[in-house]
Amino acid sequence: MAEKLLQVTNLTQYFGTKNNPIKAVDGISFDVYEGETLGLVGESGCGKSTTGRSIIRLYDITDGEVLYKGKNIHETKSRKEVREFNREMQMIFQDPYASLNPRMTAGEVISEGFDIHGLYKDKRERKERIAELLESVGLNREHANRYAHEFSGGQRQRIGIARALSLNPSFIIADEPISALDVSIQAQVVNLLKKLQKERNLTYLFIAHDLSMVKYISDRIAVMYRGKIVELGEAEEIYHNPIHPYTKSLLSAVPLPDPLSERIRQRIPYRHEETDHTAKLHEVLPAHFVYGSDSQIKSWL
Amino acid sequence: MTRKLLEVNDLKIHFKTYAGVVQAVRGVSFDLYEGETLAIVGESGSGKSVTSNAIMKLIPQPPGIYAGGEIKLEGRNLLPLSEKQMSKIRGNEIAMIFQDPMTALNPTMRIGRQITEVILKHQKIPAAEARERAVKLLNLVGIPMPEKRFKQYPYEFSGGMRQRVVIAIALAADPKLLIADEPTTALDVTIQAQILELMKDIQKKRKTSIIFITHDLGVVANVADRVAVMYAGQIVEYGTVNDIFYNPKHPYTWGLLGSMPDLRNNVNEELRTIPGSPPDLIHLPKGDAFAPRNEFAMAIDYEEEPPMFQVSETHFAKTWLLHPDAPKIDIPEAISRRIEGYLKEAQVNG
Repeated sequence: MAEKLLQVTNLTQYFGTKNNPIKAVDGISFDVYEGETLGLVGESGCGKSTTGRSIIRLYDITDGEVLYKGKNIHETKSRKEVREFNREMQMIFQDPYASLNPRMTAGEVISEGFDIHGLYKDKRERKERIAELLESVGLNREHANRYAHEFSGGQRQRIGIARALSLNPSFIIADEPISALDVSIQAQVVNLLKKLQKERNLTYLFIAHDLSMVKYISDRIAVMYRGKIVELGEAEEIYHNPIHPYTKSLLSAVPLPDPLSERIRQRIPYRHEETDHTAKLHEVLPAHFVYGSDSQIKSWL
Repeated sequence: MTRKLLEVNDLKIHFKTYAGVVQAVRGVSFDLYEGETLAIVGESGSGKSVTSNAIMKLIPQPPGIYAGGEIKLEGRNLLPLSEKQMSKIRGNEIAMIFQDPMTALNPTMRIGRQITEVILKHQKIPAAEARERAVKLLNLVGIPMPEKRFKQYPYEFSGGMRQRVVIAIALAADPKLLIADEPTTALDVTIQAQILELMKDIQKKRKTSIIFITHDLGVVANVADRVAVMYAGQIVEYGTVNDIFYNPKHPYTWGLLGSMPDLRNNVNEELRTIPGSPPDLIHLPKGDAFAPRNEFAMAIDYEEEPPMFQVSETHFAKTWLLHPDAPKIDIPEAISRRIEGYLKEAQVNG
C-alpha cells in the first residue's frame, strides 16, 4: 500500500459572518496516497474548489487539520518551511486566460518560481531548464519568448502545467484544468497529465465536474454535495456500484455518446434529506465510504 | 412525409478584420423538417454559432458579410429581407435560446413582463390575456407557483430556473423553429438533464423544430435526430444520429468520439486525440482544412478540397477516404470496439 501523502481531517471552511456562516466545506476528511489521482467531483457550489484552495493555503481554514507528509500545513511556520511546502505542492487553475500574466512571456511565467526560490542562478542553466519544461508539456523552446495572447487555450493550459512543474513538486492540485478547453484539446491535456504523472511520480487532486473525465483520470473518486463528501471509493466501484442517492442521481444525469441507450435512459432525481447527529462516513464495503446517518445507510444498502 | 421547414444552401459568411477576411462559414448546406432536432457539433471557431446567428440574421454588418448562399424558411429566402421584415420573423417564427441564462434576461425587469413583452409584440391581444398566456408558459416550462414567480426578478431564480424562463420567452410567440445555442453548457449536469427533458417534451407537444448547437457529444446523442459535424466553417459529416455515432466516416468525427473517455467500460488506454489545433480561418491551408491534423491524410488532401461523398441515403461525409480509389481505411479500433459494445448492449436491452 502506498504512503499517505496528504491527510485531511475534519476540514472546515466557512465564509461570511460568524452568525450567518456560509458552510462552503463542512467538516470533510480524506487521505490522498502517494502516486494516485484522487478525483473530487460535484456540482457548482458544492465546495470542491474551496477544498483545493484551502489545502494549498489560499485560505485560512476555519477548523480541521491538513497533514502533508505528516506535517500540519496550516500551523504557523518559518519562511523556510513555507518555501519548502510551496515547492512540494502546486496548483493548476481552470481558466488558462485568467491565470497567466499577460505582461509576461511564457518563459518568465515558468521561471518566476526560480527567482523566488533562488534556483538556477546561471543564465544558461536557467534557459535550459525553461526549454526542458516547455518540451515536457509538448511546446517547444522558441515559445519561451512569446506572450500569453499568442497561444491558444490548450497551449496556455500547457504553460500553466509547466509552471506548476517548474519547482519539481510531488503533489499537484488541478482545479478544473480542462473545462475551459475544447473536447479534442481536453483529451490532449488529460493525456499529458497522465504521462507526467507516470514520469515524475506525481500525486494529483483532480477537481472537476465532468464525471466521465474524472472517472477516466482518477484512481479514486470523492463525490461532494453541499460541503460534505457524500461518497468516496475506487473510481470503478463508485461508477458501477454507487450507494448514496446523490451519486446515483449525478451518474444518471451524465449524457453518454450512445444514442440508443440515451433514448431509454432514466434519470434519477435527487431529493435532499436532512441527516441527524449520527451522520458520518460509513465504510459500507472495503474502501468504499458513504456519508449518512445509521438508518439512512441501512435503507440505501 | 413531414414538411421541410428550413433549407440552408451553400451559406458563406465572412468577417472583415484588420488582419484580413475571416471565412467563418464556408458553404454550409443542410435542411430541417418539422418536429425534428438537428444538432450542430463542433469546436470553438468551427462556425456553428455563426451559422445559427445567420439564420436569425444576427450577424452584425459590418464587419460581417453574407458572402453567398440562401436561407429558406418555408421556401422564402431570408437573406434579402429588410431589418423590418426580419423583426417580424424573429421571436415569432424563429426564436433563440442562448447559452448563459445569467445574462440573457434583463435584471431590472420582472420575469412576467419579459414574457408578456414578447407576446404583445407579436400578437394584438389584451394585456390581461397576454398575462394569462405568460403564466401558462411558466407552467409549461415547469416553474412551480407560476403566479408568484411571474412577479419576481431574475436574481430570485436559480440558473436552471432562469434557463426555463429563457425557454418560456422563446416559446412565447409559438415559433416554428427554435435555435438553442449551447443552452445547457453553463448548467450543472443534473440541471442539464432536466432542461433537455423539458425541450424534448415541448417539442413533442408543439411540433417545434430545433437546431441544437453544442460541443458535447453526449448531449447530441440525447437530443438529436440528425447531426451535422462542423470543422473550420464547413459541415464535414452529416447524417442521422445513428449514422454519426455508430458508423462515423470522417476522421474528424473519429477524433471527436475518441477524445471522450468511455464512462462505461474500464479501458485504461490513452485517449485518442486530434493533434494540433484548428486552422486560421484567414489563411486557410490549400486543400482540405483538416489535412494537417488528419493522420490518414493523403497527398490529394493537401491539394484539393474533398467533395461531400454520399455514404447512404441519409449519410454524407466530406473526406477523400470515401473516394473509390482511396486505400481502405477502417475506423480506429478503439472506437469500433466501443461502438460494438454499445450496439451489443442495445440488443440485450431490446
